[in-house]
Amino acid sequence: MGQEIMERIREANEAVITGIDDADIAHWVSIYIMGKAYRVPADITLMQAIEYAGYRFVRGAGCRAGFCGACATVYRVAGDWRLKAALACQTRVEDGMYLVQIPFAPAEKPSYRIEEEAPAGTTLLKHFPEIARCVACNTCTKACPQELEVMDYIQAALRGDLKGVAELSFDCIQCGLCSIRCPAEIVHYHVAQFARRLYGRSLPVPGHVVERVEEIESGVYAEEFERLMSLSREEIEELYKKEQREKGGLKSDDASRVTRNGQGEG
Amino acid sequence: MPNEAVPKSAKASASPQTSHITRYAVPYFPGCALKDQAVGFERSARAALLRLGWELKELPRWNCCGTVYSLSTDDLMRHVAPVRNFIRVQEMGEERFVALCAMCYNTLKRSARFVAADLGRLSRINAFMDEEPDYRGGVEVLHLLQFLRDEIGFEEIESRVEKPLYGLKVAPYYGCMLLRPREVGIDHPDAPETMELLFEHLGAEAVNSPHKVECCGAYQTVANPGVVRERVREIVGAVARRDADLIVTSCPLCTYNLERHQLSITGEEKTRHGIPILYFTQLLGFALGVPEGELGLGGAAIDPRPALSQLVGG
Repeated sequence: MGQEIMERIREANEAVITGIDDADIAHWVSIYIMGKAYRVPADITLMQAIEYAGYRFVRGAGCRAGFCGACATVYRVAGDWRLKAALACQTRVEDGMYLVQIPFAPAEKPSYRIEEEAPAGTTLLKHFPEIARCVACNTCTKACPQELEVMDYIQAALRGDLKGVAELSFDCIQCGLCSIRCPAEIVHYHVAQFARRLYGRSLPVPGHVVERVEEIESGVYAEEFERLMSLSREEIEELYKKEQREKGGLKSDDASRVTRNGQGEG
Repeated sequence: MPNEAVPKSAKASASPQTSHITRYAVPYFPGCALKDQAVGFERSARAALLRLGWELKELPRWNCCGTVYSLSTDDLMRHVAPVRNFIRVQEMGEERFVALCAMCYNTLKRSARFVAADLGRLSRINAFMDEEPDYRGGVEVLHLLQFLRDEIGFEEIESRVEKPLYGLKVAPYYGCMLLRPREVGIDHPDAPETMELLFEHLGAEAVNSPHKVECCGAYQTVANPGVVRERVREIVGAVARRDADLIVTSCPLCTYNLERHQLSITGEEKTRHGIPILYFTQLLGFALGVPEGELGLGGAAIDPRPALSQLVGG
């Protein structure tokens, strides 16, 4: 069972850019991946370009949809002195790009039991005293591929404004580029996640959540769950397609699109 | 220019929270402590200023002042935070702002002078902050005490007093940041009298406070609390012998030290025996008739309400 799931994940993660004949590609760009030059089709994403060049991602690739933050990339473009940052799955190649993947930011993360932490501003400083080192240089904001006002939420954290941190950081995908660039060595995204957890706990639980939890606990959905769990993969897919068609949200070929890999230099 | 009777920023607006008419607004930099540990300072300031017809207009997207002014002349990074705040003032179309926290005031004021003294420094900071419009210079940093004294005027304040503080003995405590270095001081570095004059215009008696311009021990409270305890023993002892009912400050760190170390001397978590520490805005607000609930007095470790409530009766 476990192996079967892993196989499915592997299939789903295979490169999307496959089966294209080089002769059909009209425009090419030159890029550098970890210092080595490659010629890749123009108009594809950094992630696709890296795979086109023959690399296979074992880290630094995840959802391929700009949501998971795994594919943080640092790059320069020839002739521009700025060091830039982006998500490889969401950014198109440009001629003269020098790319380096940052699959992981080695950020210090305190451990805590959220239910034992006071939803107060000083709690942030207790776990992350280094936020007081912020000099307001705004480098974190410039590095953020989500275009968040990162420095502003660290400033909100400094003044104990949990709500401000939660709202300003809401779209954070934890890629870690802010922390890699910060001269004060702040771990912004952990600060933000902690603040969102604290703030979330301080809010009253909405009535509809209370109702739904009661329904689940009283067994309203038990029978339906059991039925779904007993279905095969094919039956579940068929059920999903049927429901999507009824909602009008799925085109006929969407559910059956298959991607296969097999191309690459090495 | 700063002392003109009607500021350029004058703006008519009415606040739903008060029946008093707000005629003017002045840009305002709160600082981090006023949003967390010293909320009573901000709250009382806003309420008191509304009574005087002024709205404190908070800078949008302000950031930490930098906390401690950097003495190294080539470390321009330390001035990015202050200058970014000056840009916020500039974006408001304003030329000045007030700070309440004495520490923020000191850091911001000195930084404003630092970049004004050498335009090379300013142009390098502007070049670094290429995501911001250039700071053109000239934003004036004021402390609220200066603003009350020079812009609103103590006579005017006296005319608005609803609960005169007759019989109340108040000891001023300036500490370092309002007065030194001399170039940024709001008053004479050794013999200031701004707070005393304010207290007298509110009807109170200003107690002679021999250590009022000395340091409270500041951040030594973290590593060497014994040093601060001795400082507080001296500062508070001197005004206790002169029967002070209250000590008034304009700095959250001074307030913390004067409160906490009094408690550590008496060994009590909450005590009625110590001398309560108030922000000048709380005293001002009380005299102007701001309801007690809006003065933020509840957070004080040494409750000032007994000292103040004896006034209401007589």
